[in-house]
Amino acid sequence: MNPQPVTITFDGRPLTATAGQSVGAALASQGITAWRSTRKGGKPRGLFCGIGVCFDCLVTVDGETNQRACLVEVCEGMEVEGS
Amino acid sequence: MSVTVDVAVVGAGPAGLAAAVAAAEAGARVAVVDAGNQPGGQFWRHAPETVRPEPDGHGHHGWSTYLDLRARFDAAQRAGRITYLPGLQVWMAEPGFTLHTTAAVAPAGAVPVAVTADRLVLCPGGYDRQLPVPGWDLPGVMAAGGIQAFIKANGALPGKRFIIAGTGPFLLPVAAGIAEAGGEVLAVLESSSPSAWLPHLRAASGVPGKALEGAEYAAVFARHRIPYRTRSIVTEVLGSGRAEGVRTARVDADGRARPGTGRVYADVDVVGFGWGFTPQLELPVSLGVDTRLDADGSLVGVVDERQQSSVPGVYLAGEVTGVGGAALAVLEGLAAGAAAARPDSGVPVKQPAAIVRHRRFAQAMHQAHPVPAAWQDWLTPDTTVCRCEEVTAGDITEAREELGARDVRSLKSFTRAGMGWCQGRVCGFAAACLGAGPGEAPDAGSLAASAKRPLAAPVGIGELAALD
Amino acid sequence: MNFGNGPRGSDVLVIGAGVVGAATAYFAAQQGLSVTVLDKGLPASGTSSACEGNILVSDKELGPELELTRYSLDVWHNDLAEHKKLWEFESKGGIIVASRESSLASLNRVMAVQKGFGVDVEELDQAALREAEPHISREALGGASYREDCQVQPMLVAAHLVRLATEAGARFIAGTPVTGFMRDGAGRDGGRVTGVRTPRGDFPAGAVVNCTGTWAGELAAMAGVEVPVLPRRGFVMVTEPLPPMVHHKVYAAEYIDNVGSSDAGLQASPVVEGTPSGTILIGSTRERVGFDRTVSTAALGLLARNATALFPFLERVKAIRHYHGFRPYCPDHLPVIGHDDRAPGLWHAAGHEGAGIGLSAGTGKLLAQALAGLTPDMDLTPFAPARFGEASPQTASREEATA
Ligand SMILES: Cc1cc2nc3c(=O)[nH]c(=O)nc-3n(C[C@H](O)[C@H](O)[C@H](O)COP(=O)(O)OP(=O)(O)OC[C@H]3O[C@@H](n4cnc5c(N)ncnc54)[C@H](O)[C@@H]3O)c2cc1C
Ligand SMILES: Cc1cc2nc3c(=O)[nH]c(=O)nc-3n(C[C@H](O)[C@H](O)[C@H](O)COP(=O)(O)OP(=O)(O)OC[C@H]3O[C@@H](n4cnc5c(N)ncnc54)[C@H](O)[C@@H]3O)c2cc1C
Ligand code: FES
Repeated sequence: MNPQPVTITFDGRPLTATAGQSVGAALASQGITAWRSTRKGGKPRGLFCGIGVCFDCLVTVDGETNQRACLVEVCEGMEVEGS
Repeated sequence: MSVTVDVAVVGAGPAGLAAAVAAAEAGARVAVVDAGNQPGGQFWRHAPETVRPEPDGHGHHGWSTYLDLRARFDAAQRAGRITYLPGLQVWMAEPGFTLHTTAAVAPAGAVPVAVTADRLVLCPGGYDRQLPVPGWDLPGVMAAGGIQAFIKANGALPGKRFIIAGTGPFLLPVAAGIAEAGGEVLAVLESSSPSAWLPHLRAASGVPGKALEGAEYAAVFARHRIPYRTRSIVTEVLGSGRAEGVRTARVDADGRARPGTGRVYADVDVVGFGWGFTPQLELPVSLGVDTRLDADGSLVGVVDERQQSSVPGVYLAGEVTGVGGAALAVLEGLAAGAAAARPDSGVPVKQPAAIVRHRRFAQAMHQAHPVPAAWQDWLTPDTTVCRCEEVTAGDITEAREELGARDVRSLKSFTRAGMGWCQGRVCGFAAACLGAGPGEAPDAGSLAASAKRPLAAPVGIGELAALD
Repeated sequence: MNFGNGPRGSDVLVIGAGVVGAATAYFAAQQGLSVTVLDKGLPASGTSSACEGNILVSDKELGPELELTRYSLDVWHNDLAEHKKLWEFESKGGIIVASRESSLASLNRVMAVQKGFGVDVEELDQAALREAEPHISREALGGASYREDCQVQPMLVAAHLVRLATEAGARFIAGTPVTGFMRDGAGRDGGRVTGVRTPRGDFPAGAVVNCTGTWAGELAAMAGVEVPVLPRRGFVMVTEPLPPMVHHKVYAAEYIDNVGSSDAGLQASPVVEGTPSGTILIGSTRERVGFDRTVSTAALGLLARNATALFPFLERVKAIRHYHGFRPYCPDHLPVIGHDDRAPGLWHAAGHEGAGIGLSAGTGKLLAQALAGLTPDMDLTPFAPARFGEASPQTASREEATA
């Protein structure tokens, strides 16, 4: 069985992902490696620990700020924003 | 919402699953709280069952053990003996015992449940241990285990061309997993040397399964022509805005880069680092359990032959008692679960021989793959150490030299290292080394200060406001 | 920094490298005295690392405490001006918010009296309050703005003052607990204090200053005198880093009542402030439970409710950390500063309760003047150690502290 494609938006742009994927995986699969910049140095950040420990991968999901992209599963119509 | 049980288990990885099953089968009412959405933990992480209801165990070891435990877990759930609470993170374990939880994700997260129990089995596992190196904060650099988790959960790769570096046998399955999923591993760089193995072979021979696993990885490496370079490290991750390459070097026995051995790998997408694992100790520490330094330099919880910690009623199993792999985690979980279900059975227990054997094997592993003594030499003053608060190696050295900050606690006070989102989970070990000084390993006190996280997970102030 | 070992005599020996000991050592060294500082741990390992760094005028009782506060403020701004950056000194200003008619009325009364004593306070009506703090609760009726309130990073204060003192010739030795006092005679009280005893040997000194915060009673007892310093526990909660949302130190009007109270029960008034690192500090509870370190969910709940009442947006913000410390307090809520006539040679600077960071600079300077044989800029009589009466080794206070 092949998982269903789902459409999410990232910073307003539509993006195709696969059901069951994490937001982080959906972004990384599209070649997006960074979606947040640090407070002090403005440095780009994306996935690091991959398991919810480092909080480097924070995104806004449907208006909920500071969610871990490596943990949140995509679903149809989800709006993801970098920070 | 709240539930009351005899035994509450934190974690549904190999240790937690086994503990829950053993406790339930011994007649206890059990609750299992786990941050993940489905059982498996790190080792048996698999694609969401909502999407792939019948995981085939591809790329997994000990899958039959998982299926057996899982079947018993599901049966106990159906029989009402296990209350399974996925998607929840325990943010505090109160003496007595109450587990306070919060949803791991939002929106559409799980509804928090307070779990009251007479006994606790804590199986929170661990995470990849990290040593900073110039450029390790570039996107595209990941924890080695994080890459593996990505593949196991998503059935996809985070990039195309990989470098895997660090130390320990765990680098092998990570590289093998990448290659099997279709990625290219340009090299695996192991800081230690295989000859370091020889003195420890006797201990290894007690655990035959491990030799078999090793042979499998060797075959995968050969099939995919993955170069395995020993006594080698990444000295710098190159790239602007993202990882694009690495500079590597050969090292001496202490991990000092040997002049003239530098080499550059270009066209790299993803760099994976793993220096062993750090057991997740905040819950045990917050309950006051005794800790010790393990052979790998990690702080771990002390347990007796029944897996009970120094705090009566608090049992520990899996990586928190010492990093030792999934098979050991299962054995410990079974022992802990059974003991927690029948705390007063009165029968003097002997530690299962298999646990002793696996422990010995793990110790041998740790001795063969030490954190290189000279790793601090790899840093430049502007290398980021604390990724959250962007504290550099220079900041930390200055606090040590000028202000006398010798331990994690004062380093945190003076530099903010470890004060950010991750609360020092990622930089704690490195900061403790830097506080101890060049070439030094941190003592248990400094690591204990780093493991002290009164909130084991971020929790909404609105949720706290409901406490009385 | 000098971490040398081994005994050596000095004019002044300071026990404790919290903010108070650090400031005392710094100013004593400035007076040209030879100084040794001992701490059982590292600099700022006691309460000075488990507090907030507010330097407040707004919450002080009229009288000696307010006078010391204003003196200290002057020392922060002038004597220590060149070092401000080292400890992130920020003149942020404080705002007290009243959410009930009754508390607004008492706030107005307090303001009137404070103005009479020269405190720089300005009344804020609802609109002005909103302008100063756009995210304040709609329930807030009005407030008072205290421009003199400021803040420092207390751990950096202690560490840098110790460092600066050593640069001026002082000596700091970490990891050295004082276990007893050297005395020059026999008799009931053992005579003059002439130094301290430690596992690293004896340290003779012309004057010994007890700057051990909540431990001060224990140290005093070693010298056979009573200094009733008790612990008052306080929890502080820290949020996730956010863009600036809270611009001043914002307190609820009830804060003022709590500070002076000796009630043993759990109390809290919100003190909410943004920090340069983006986190918001939510302080703090006050509780007399001895040195109990058990995390209290009741305390966390109370802090959270009070903070969200002031700033409703906090409801949806996450806490990532909390910590607690033990304020060193005396039954009359005044610190103990000066020579202890009951044990000649022994001095105290302790018991600053919830204001030790702010008061440390002034305390250190005044004490250094006295140690150097000068007349202090401010009369220290109200803080005299002997106000607690004759020495008695068995202090009732310590039983109370663990009750
Ligand atoms: C990313 C990663 C990959 C790994 N891959 C391998 C491998 O391929 N081979 C190998 O031999 N070893 C691997 N390891 C080591 C691995 O941790 C152990 O072999 C094994 O998984 C240990 O089992 P455990 O039950 O102790 O912990 P884990 O499997 O880590 O399970 C712990 C569980 O507890 C949960 N948890 C932790 N804290 C809380 C909390 N506060 N509230 C709620 N839930 C919580 C976690 O979400 C997790 O589900 C890996 C480790 C990591 C971090
Ligand atoms: C939650 C909370 C919030 C607070 N907020 C503020 C605030 O906003 N503003 C403010 O001004 N104040 C505040 N305070 C109060 C302030 O923290 C204290 O008054 C101040 O830190 C006391 O400093 P100290 O140097 O006297 O004591 P400490 O910092 O405790 O230093 C005492 C030192 O003595 C050492 N010591 C003890 N015994 C021995 C021994 N036998 N031998 C050698 N060394 C020894 C200890 O190791 C320690 O380093 C707060 C306190 C708390 C708990
Ligand atoms: S990648 Fe570390 S928390 Fe998501």
